[in-house]
Amino acid sequence: MAPLTELHLTINGEARTFLTPINFSLLDVLRAEGYVEVKNGCLNGDCGSCCVELNGRPVNGCLVMAPHCEGGEVVTAAGLGRPGALHPLQQAMLDHAAAQCGFCIPGLLVAAKHLLDHAPNPSRDEIRAALAGNLCRCTGYVKILDAVEDAAARMRREKTGKGKGRR
Amino acid sequence: MTPKTSRPAGTQPETGQTTVVNTSPWKVDGIGLVTGAPLFVDDLQLRGTLHVKLLGSPHAHARIRSIDVSEALRVKGVQLILTHENTPRVPHTTAGQGYPEPSPYDAFMFDTKVRFVGDRVAAVVAETATAAREARKRIRVDYEVLPAILSVRDAKRPGAPVIHDEPDATGIHDARRNVAAHFDFEHGSVAMGFEMADLIVETEIENGYAQHCPIEPHVCLTYLDPEGRVVVRTSTQVPFHCRRILAQCLQIPVSRIRVIKPRVGGGFGTKQEILLEDVCALATLRTGRPVKWELTRAEEFYASRTRHPMVVNVKIGVKPNGDITALDMRALSNTGAYGTHSLTVLTNAGAKTLPLYHAEHVRFDGDAVYTNLPVAGAYRGYGGTQGAFALETLIDEVCERGGFDPIAFRKRNALDTGHTSPVFAAMGEGKEGVPMVIESCGLRECIDRGAEAIGWAHKRGQGRHRPGPVKRGVGMACLMQGSGIPLIDMAAARIKMNEDGSFNLFAGATDIGTGSDTVLAQIAAEVLTVPTHMVNVLSSDTDVTPFDTGAYASSTTYISGGAVKKAAEALRAEIFDYCAEMWNVPPETLHLEAGQVLSAQGQSIAFSDLVLRAFMGFGGMQRQFEGHASHTSPTSPPPFSAHFAEVEVDTETGNVRVLDYVAAVDCGVAIHPLQAEGQVEGAALNGISYALCEQMVFDARGKLRNDSFADYKIFTSLDAPPIRTILVKTHEPTGPFGAKSIAEICINGPIPAIANAIADAVGIRLRRSPFTPERVLEALRAKAGAEAVL
Repeated sequence: MAPLTELHLTINGEARTFLTPINFSLLDVLRAEGYVEVKNGCLNGDCGSCCVELNGRPVNGCLVMAPHCEGGEVVTAAGLGRPGALHPLQQAMLDHAAAQCGFCIPGLLVAAKHLLDHAPNPSRDEIRAALAGNLCRCTGYVKILDAVEDAAARMRREKTGKGKGRR
Repeated sequence: MTPKTSRPAGTQPETGQTTVVNTSPWKVDGIGLVTGAPLFVDDLQLRGTLHVKLLGSPHAHARIRSIDVSEALRVKGVQLILTHENTPRVPHTTAGQGYPEPSPYDAFMFDTKVRFVGDRVAAVVAETATAAREARKRIRVDYEVLPAILSVRDAKRPGAPVIHDEPDATGIHDARRNVAAHFDFEHGSVAMGFEMADLIVETEIENGYAQHCPIEPHVCLTYLDPEGRVVVRTSTQVPFHCRRILAQCLQIPVSRIRVIKPRVGGGFGTKQEILLEDVCALATLRTGRPVKWELTRAEEFYASRTRHPMVVNVKIGVKPNGDITALDMRALSNTGAYGTHSLTVLTNAGAKTLPLYHAEHVRFDGDAVYTNLPVAGAYRGYGGTQGAFALETLIDEVCERGGFDPIAFRKRNALDTGHTSPVFAAMGEGKEGVPMVIESCGLRECIDRGAEAIGWAHKRGQGRHRPGPVKRGVGMACLMQGSGIPLIDMAAARIKMNEDGSFNLFAGATDIGTGSDTVLAQIAAEVLTVPTHMVNVLSSDTDVTPFDTGAYASSTTYISGGAVKKAAEALRAEIFDYCAEMWNVPPETLHLEAGQVLSAQGQSIAFSDLVLRAFMGFGGMQRQFEGHASHTSPTSPPPFSAHFAEVEVDTETGNVRVLDYVAAVDCGVAIHPLQAEGQVEGAALNGISYALCEQMVFDARGKLRNDSFADYKIFTSLDAPPIRTILVKTHEPTGPFGAKSIAEICINGPIPAIANAIADAVGIRLRRSPFTPERVLEALRAKAGAEAVL
């Protein structure tokens, strides 16, 4: 067994400390600590199922060594919203039946959230490009792209709504 | 006293109007999926779980002279190493099919021989995956390397090595010639048919090895329950076949096994196999510990299952008026090292294509042969993909040669409502089939609406005249599939009612991401007049849910949906009997509406009040309202589809780009239209990706060279063309609320539609898929060479 190291992460807003083997990837740590929404699809950085935000950037958790994340902030799909308080992206995924098997969805949600945080009004091609690192074999991507477009529109409406002091 | 059921279930008249069916509510498992709930096999982490790593064969074909595991067993953390020396030798098939399986019993948990690179040699079970990998390196195996068969065309060659020479295999058609399975039939006489023809056209296509690529690899977790039974939590399409085959392999009773299917991260056929469960279950029984085995992505490519590569030769005879006189299909299928699904995929190449067009004389003749390459199995489309490539490119070619309009020719000859085909009776699941008359067929409307959407009338034949090196073309293909396997597939369902007026539906049907739990909930909700979310679905757990053959053969909506509808109707009949007695009215005067029971005499009661009353015994009548039913079908109504592709071909680079793709589909009544579209889009993109770039490449010793997503390219969101789905509504009288299947059919369209579009654009006929730039350029050069000679 590899030596252990103490690792401090803020995961979905909560400060956590773990004792982790130094050869663990961020994906290994997250799954071992119960963040099983972060999926393991290939361990090669090819499929995007383990996509999480690390310090505001989307990364494949399988390609990042855990000790390099010390002090980092991590956002997983479960950090976007929860039942009863869904993120507009999660809501749109449901409305468009964009999740079939759903295995790729947590990674896709993080990649899409990152896009919309930085580009609130993306074109369809911009969405395609932002999600190109996340493989899905079930959907043909049509409903996923529809859902992200729709969520972006909802988030823009919410923003302008708030700005005008409505709601 | 229990009131007797005084009228058959399902007597409430169907108005044709539905309130839940043909709408698109949220998926019943949707909230869990989008919030990352722990739903999949590997999301359950048990303390003390052991990990499995497989030692795979480095040789394509070899005999194991000896295995020495002594050094490996000394690695710290190793608990158990399984080999052919310490496991039961039971011939079986890994194919999760109905019993008796149409696949040969040519597989063993571990054998003294290995038949492809990656074949099972030993499984190490250890405290950590690292320890298992370390021990795996220390297993010493002495192999006698044998000559290997690495091409489908070499398998039957005289003097070829015999791949299955073990004496205890059964069900192999001709082991000495490496023929796993054979099928032939002839209706009329194709020789006579060709004599009657004025134009005869023949083509031969070949499709390559391809993998399903579910994003969740095969994964299985086993543990003991408090009574010492083995619980198998596994990513499977076939929980009940899995239980039966495990009992067979491990030689323990079915009663000692419980198979639980949680959410499955995609299957597409590759999880219609018993690949990991036998090793995990045996290891748990031997160690008493939880055992987990998950395939790596590389193993998923070379050691799980693939599509059957086939060489399909098809020949057609036509008269000057466009009538087809004869259709003759010959197929040579490569089943790889084991014969799983060998016979049935082979027969489906004809069974799911030949009935599409009327021909007086029809013949099919095919062999499935063994090679020392990865094992082919079930893959969405299941032979239909290979058959459609051959037949639909041939139709395009015969139209070109005979001067027929491809749309008019197809409409003239295609199957329609009220028609039948001799192929239905002749070709079934590897044996004779079942005669069938088509009761719903929207194919002509699919053709018309698809052609309109793609702009066929003004695009066909035009794009080749574009200036510059980039040409455009449009092509089409017509398709059919089935809905379940007639008189073989069986589904059962049970539904019970709760005191808040909600229901629990227990279905053996296996949702592998297709959305079938939602579709089944909608069917129950429609009968019981409640919203979909009032039906909680549990599928599938062999201890809890009744039997279902599983998620394959496009059966779930049609067969399992039929069972759920009957079960809900049985429950409804119980409610009617109870209320009839309570109100002293004839049950025929009762009906359900918006979660209430109403009588013609003006009485009414809400479901919640009714159940509370029945549970608690107000008035002495206590009972649990419950319905259960089994369902089979004597028929397998085909869904129909017309696919249209517009492509751009760069004549300088050979690159083919799909600009637009339209799939018009008749699946009867779509229970959940959004999910039905999702099935079309997903299948079509998988097919497009397979048509253009997916291929498994082997080295000279039979080892797979591209065993990762980096090297085996599947389409991403950036590659995906627009895919437009048109659902053409028909009503299938034998299906639940008019539904037929939709899951598989659309993967069969892209290869022929794109091949035909390429022919329209640049005048070349591509007969080997995928249509890579190299193959396109090669064909363009051959064409230029031929024209230069002329």
